[in-house]
Amino acid sequence: MSTTTPEPGWLQRNRMTITPLLFLLPGVLFFLVYVISPIIQSFNISLYEWDGLGEATFVGLRNYEELASDRAFEISLWNNLKWLALYLLAIPAGLFIALFLNQNVVGIRLYKSLFFFPFVISQVVVGLVFSWFYLPREGLLNAVITTFGFDPLNILGDPTLATYGIIAAGLWPQTAYCMILYLTGLNAVDPEQIEAGRLDGAKGVRMLWHVILPQLKPATFIAFVVTIIGALRSFDLISIMTNGGPFGSTRVLSFYMFEKALSEYGFRMGYGSAIAVVLFLIMLVFIAYFLWSMYREERAARR
Amino acid sequence: MFHKFTKAVAALALTTGLVTPAMAELSGTLRIISDMSNPAPRAIIEGLAADFDAMHPDLTVELEVVDRDAWKSQIRNALTANPPDVVNWYAANRMGPYVRAGLFEDVSDMWEEGAFPGLESVKGAMTMDGKQWGVPYTYYQWGIYYREDIFKELGLTEPATFEEEVANCQVVLDSGRKCYSIGSKFLWTAGGWFDYMNMRTNGFDFHMQLARGEVEWTSDEVRATFANWRRLIDMGAFVDDHQTYSWQEALPFVVKGEATAYLIGNFAVPHLREAGLTDDQLDFYQFPKIGDFPMGEDAPTDTFHVASNASNKEAARAFLQYVTSVDVQTAINGPDGLGQLPVNADASVADDEFIQQGFEMLSGNAPGGIAQFFDRDFPAEMASVGMEGLQEFMVFPDNLDDILNRLESARKRIYK
Repeated sequence: MSTTTPEPGWLQRNRMTITPLLFLLPGVLFFLVYVISPIIQSFNISLYEWDGLGEATFVGLRNYEELASDRAFEISLWNNLKWLALYLLAIPAGLFIALFLNQNVVGIRLYKSLFFFPFVISQVVVGLVFSWFYLPREGLLNAVITTFGFDPLNILGDPTLATYGIIAAGLWPQTAYCMILYLTGLNAVDPEQIEAGRLDGAKGVRMLWHVILPQLKPATFIAFVVTIIGALRSFDLISIMTNGGPFGSTRVLSFYMFEKALSEYGFRMGYGSAIAVVLFLIMLVFIAYFLWSMYREERAARR
Repeated sequence: MFHKFTKAVAALALTTGLVTPAMAELSGTLRIISDMSNPAPRAIIEGLAADFDAMHPDLTVELEVVDRDAWKSQIRNALTANPPDVVNWYAANRMGPYVRAGLFEDVSDMWEEGAFPGLESVKGAMTMDGKQWGVPYTYYQWGIYYREDIFKELGLTEPATFEEEVANCQVVLDSGRKCYSIGSKFLWTAGGWFDYMNMRTNGFDFHMQLARGEVEWTSDEVRATFANWRRLIDMGAFVDDHQTYSWQEALPFVVKGEATAYLIGNFAVPHLREAGLTDDQLDFYQFPKIGDFPMGEDAPTDTFHVASNASNKEAARAFLQYVTSVDVQTAINGPDGLGQLPVNADASVADDEFIQQGFEMLSGNAPGGIAQFFDRDFPAEMASVGMEGLQEFMVFPDNLDDILNRLESARKRIYK
């Protein structure tokens, strides 16, 4: 601040470098304390046998060996994959609804908000609504399928169907989320390009595929990211709708980790951490991919 | 009503010289964390705290009530960081982790000095490694609650043997009803069925050996238990789709008369009464005899403990003595309170059809022994794997071999 010093100080000379660093510092600190260090800690704890209270004993990789032969873990892993694959359906479904709603008729705002509604309400409410919908005797679903002459189903009580039932419930809000992403994306679609496409005779699917979708690429990318993340951290719906049951058939890794480490019958911190590490490694694949493609795009943009 | 009665206790205590000088001088703050969060228990613990506070002018009682289910995972943090003086928990094996980690105070000296007269019969449930780690304050019976009116209509009587039970069930099924309601979504209700099937088929002692991990899950005895249980399952005795319901959601089957009986703890009675069942419609019987063994019963006990890092142990110990005293026991377990059984043998049992029957059963007709419950007698991890297997068995009895092998390998790993 002083104007009397003729020679700029060290701070003055380096402020172009220091200012951004200072701005980054709080974020980096929080990231280190709340993200990086727990990850390292999880790795560390996963090598111990520890109930969270007493002494931790070092067991090396034994927790991982146990995981390899743990059937509940295997089921959870498969369920995670089912979630990943089926949850992606939210993207085309969201796109479809967005295209359908992207028009100017009376009351379109109301329709849009109705479609967006499931994303606004809490996951817990979604879970409750769907578990009532699936109820074996009183549920709406069974009322419908029995009028068509089918046998009633107990979706959440059937180990082969329960996971799909929960995923369907999860798709409801997730589709709404993707729809909103695409609706905003569609606003940014260049009308001139559509015009040009039309002049060249493009219509319907061809127009969508070659003219509109490429322009929606940023929206698709974000939809992909949030859907993958949503699938991997599916926890509340499972907890509300089946509590991991029947007999553990709807657990996913995050839920199994919680059960082993933190629930009423758990407190195997080492084992829970080992599950967390596996989940982290799976997520790392996607995180690395996202970071890489973001980096590539930024470089392309800078050129 | 509660305040009135404790004043009487205080007066009585003063006149009879029960209050030791040390007790009268209690000072400072007594911090209690309680899991008695349901409406009726909450009123009880609030009353207890207020009265204990009033009895000791220099002492401030601070009470924090935590949700009962949340407490099961919070107790660890609560006992390690800034621990309170008194906490709620459960008896028997469930104390294990905290006893081993040295978080519960050893109160054996109080038990030895006779600070808890009338509690001799429940001492065992508080004992671990030959020492006592707290006091119980209430317990309740398990057994079969049934629709008396429907039994009368079908000409049935309370069965005493398993054969009679099965015969009754057939009549019930023929009338278009189910024999037993159960909601196994949260698994533990299936643990209750296993406790009784196993205690009756193989005796209380065998059941406890299994709980301690001393016998194999794949043994012939355990298989016999499941074979008996399977007879009922194959008859279609249990309500359909029970894996989808919680125990509360399974209550309407009994209320509507779609199922005639429910193996459950006494805590279900207020709910059934609230739903409109009168004492003429509802009755209770002890789980019938199967093998020739002295009958054992499940009677889960809830407890108070002093934290070993408590700052006001003197007041905490006095509080334990207070909650187990005869008059407090009579009052808190009465029909206006918890509606359960007092742990003090000198306390009077509430004049309630079910509490009375439970008291008679546990004090006179349970020579085999008193168990806590599947998820309290078995180590936590075994209980969780076990109950999952039990639920699976109830839905897919054909998977039994697979389930037993899984439980056996879990046993080998868990008990070291």
